[in-house]
Amino acid sequence: MEILYIMIPLGLVLVALGLWAFFWATGAGQFDDLDSPGWTVLEDDKAPPPDETPDKDPSR
Amino acid sequence: MSAGKHPCFHCGEPIPHGLVIHARIAGRDEPVCCHGCKAVAEFITGAGLGDYYRYRDTSSSRADEPPRPDRWAAYDRPELVERLTRAEPNGARSITVLLEGLRCAACGWLADKALSLQSGVLDVSVNPATARARLVWEPSKVRLGDLLRVLEHVGLRPHPLAGEPSEQIALLERRDALKRLAVAGFGNMQVMMFAVPLYFAASQGMDPTMREYMRLVSMLVSIPVALYSGWPFYQGAWMALRSRSISMDVPVSLGILLAFVASVWNALTGEGEVYFDSVTMFVFFLGLGRYIEMIARHRAGSVADALARLAPMTARRVRDGVTEDVQAVEIAVGDELVVRTGEVFAADGVVLDGDGRVDESMLTGESNAIAKPPGARVHQGTHNLATPLRVRVTAVAGNTVLSGIVALLERAQAERPRLAKAADRAAAWFLGRILIGAALVFAVWWFVDPSRAFSATLAVLVVTCPCALSLATPTALAAATAALARRGVLVAHTDAIEALSKATHVLWDKTGTLTKGLVRVEDVRSYGDVTSQQALEWAASLEQLSEHPIARAFTVTGAPTVRASEVEVHAGRGLEGRIDGRLLRIGTLAFAGALKSPPSGATAADTATDDAVGESWVYLGDESGLLAAFRLTDPLRPEAGQCVAGLAELGLPSEIVSGDEAGAVARIAERCGIERQAARLTPQDKLARLKTLQGEGAVVVAVGDGINDAPLLRGADVAVAMGRGSALAQTSADLILVRESLDDLPHTVELARRTQRVIRQNLAWSIAYNLAALPLAALGFVPPWLAAIGMSLSSVVVVLNAMRLSRGAPPPRRPGWPANPQAEAA
Repeated sequence: MEILYIMIPLGLVLVALGLWAFFWATGAGQFDDLDSPGWTVLEDDKAPPPDETPDKDPSR
Repeated sequence: MSAGKHPCFHCGEPIPHGLVIHARIAGRDEPVCCHGCKAVAEFITGAGLGDYYRYRDTSSSRADEPPRPDRWAAYDRPELVERLTRAEPNGARSITVLLEGLRCAACGWLADKALSLQSGVLDVSVNPATARARLVWEPSKVRLGDLLRVLEHVGLRPHPLAGEPSEQIALLERRDALKRLAVAGFGNMQVMMFAVPLYFAASQGMDPTMREYMRLVSMLVSIPVALYSGWPFYQGAWMALRSRSISMDVPVSLGILLAFVASVWNALTGEGEVYFDSVTMFVFFLGLGRYIEMIARHRAGSVADALARLAPMTARRVRDGVTEDVQAVEIAVGDELVVRTGEVFAADGVVLDGDGRVDESMLTGESNAIAKPPGARVHQGTHNLATPLRVRVTAVAGNTVLSGIVALLERAQAERPRLAKAADRAAAWFLGRILIGAALVFAVWWFVDPSRAFSATLAVLVVTCPCALSLATPTALAAATAALARRGVLVAHTDAIEALSKATHVLWDKTGTLTKGLVRVEDVRSYGDVTSQQALEWAASLEQLSEHPIARAFTVTGAPTVRASEVEVHAGRGLEGRIDGRLLRIGTLAFAGALKSPPSGATAADTATDDAVGESWVYLGDESGLLAAFRLTDPLRPEAGQCVAGLAELGLPSEIVSGDEAGAVARIAERCGIERQAARLTPQDKLARLKTLQGEGAVVVAVGDGINDAPLLRGADVAVAMGRGSALAQTSADLILVRESLDDLPHTVELARRTQRVIRQNLAWSIAYNLAALPLAALGFVPPWLAAIGMSLSSVVVVLNAMRLSRGAPPPRRPGWPANPQAEAA
């Protein structure tokens, strides 16, 4: 069980790293808006010709 | 009830009978309800942003009127823009705008895309949660005015915000709370991991060095949780104690600190038991509850938002004969302003010149325009409807009538009386009992065995740590708040949930709540060879020059394609004017029919003015007789009757208190199935009725919309405002129905009652646990490891029980793809 004397501090270092990353992300505004970025993946890469867009089947 | 088969393509509202307006979208003609929606829908799809209609999950705001590009003229002037906006690197500027009508993530996407398509825009970040967008652009390539016009074109009315420190503060507050929560969450997970072996160590045996080690590591992890994450509770407790009162924060802080200090002591001395797992879990769950409540409160909007939406940021000043656009804050008392038609007054003042008509509904609730001859007072935030006015400024900034009202509301909001105090009183009571109990235990042990008195007292204090008890209420409220927010009901004050569960009566202000609050043309009947379309266009052309509220119903419905000349206003009767040489009159039946001599009364029978049912008819006539009749109504919300019935089923009778005509009120009451009603009430009358009910012991829910309802909303036990209602009504509300769907109200009442049940169960459980644990711990019968598990378990039970509230809430209906109503019906 002596391995725990190394593993637990190691685990704590990882937790500290995770917290540091979380603090950084919060400060950078990553959690300010959790809703809209989800929509950006639905976007087509290039704007389709205006006349076609709404005609597509929504259940596509 | 009203209207044609298909809802409006853009806003989803029913389309008036006899009205044919189509938006040309993707090669198809889609029906829309007004020219505002037509303009918006065509602009959106024309810009290649038609995906918006697929992504959105609530219908859009009705556009009401086509965009008015001239509104933003002041923002085209570089020197003014420079003062209003912030400097960014490389000569770019940035500004934050509040977007009215931003309702869902898809709207945010739309705003983002529409702006990004403009050249010269460097960055756009839209936050749907706060309805704000931050724009960064290059002034050399694009003007701010153009960007604001684009936003208005996609149906999101922008309100530029200067500086806006309050929003920045709220954002920092959210980030700070999130960080503290993360520390508590991570810390709790770690400590739990060390706690489980420690639980077993007691019964199974464990290497003492390893046990020591685990306890010290737990302590190390708990220190930031107790000190950093728990800090807001200590601050709150300190504030309460300094003002010689006791809030819920006091027992919470006491519980955290006692358990923490005792555990640290035990960990360092190697004696007794540690409770780090309980401490961290307690801090985490309490912090989570507060975080959810804070998010809801921020979303509900601040008083500062209300001011931004009502008062303009710019004004037109005349100085030494030169007219210039200035920032609203630069106006001083004694300045002379020119307020053009359709503009909002930036300050209080006296009319110098011009024969004005002003819409003061945001202050008084009076929907008819008020005449403002020279010498009359005008107020900041009100709308100049008719001719341009020259105004001498008499009050600015904090001294205007509007800011007076806002300050009043701000104070009322900060005071938060009602049930908040009940929880604090309970906390004080509980705290007193704990301290008395601990003192007794100490005294008894002092006589029995003085050496164990200190540790036994500490054990009692830790075991009775009001963890479960203080989690009982906030976790249930947080779960209910989160569940309601998903349905589009914002809970601004969580105390409202408790009040709502006890509610006995519902008072409705009719306009804008049971009805939609917008007068619109619901039916067109044309006579002879005039088509409905033609009649509407003529009516719109005539009414375009009038600023009567009824005129707006026409100008948004019909396209004023032709220009009317020689328009004359006949006060109280109607308008007369000439279109293509044809003399036309629009107004009351007698007035419109009187052009023909002898006056025609033939068609009057079937369209008699029917004030008794609360609708009004407006007639169009020329020299050959009557041409058309228009039925104007403020349409009832389709779900209103169902909502009233649902509330009645829950034991909440509804009652209408309205400032409107008796006939209109009676008709609405009958159609919703409401028996008690009162018409022609002033805001004071409404408040008096409310007080009478409360005097009889009733707990009253008030649903209101306008500023004239603010006293009613403030006095009510639970105040409910509509999502599109006036900003000031929202600031005095406890609940805001963001989706404007009355269906949510009975559901909310039901959830509030379930929440109360869960709170009672939680309280019963935690009191039972504490009562059972206290004597056992005081006598030393509970093995320490069992006490530790018991403490954690009692909190977990409370949290899990509260979480039941967030399940079972049906998700909001999705309006689906409005372009294809037939497919949806199939």
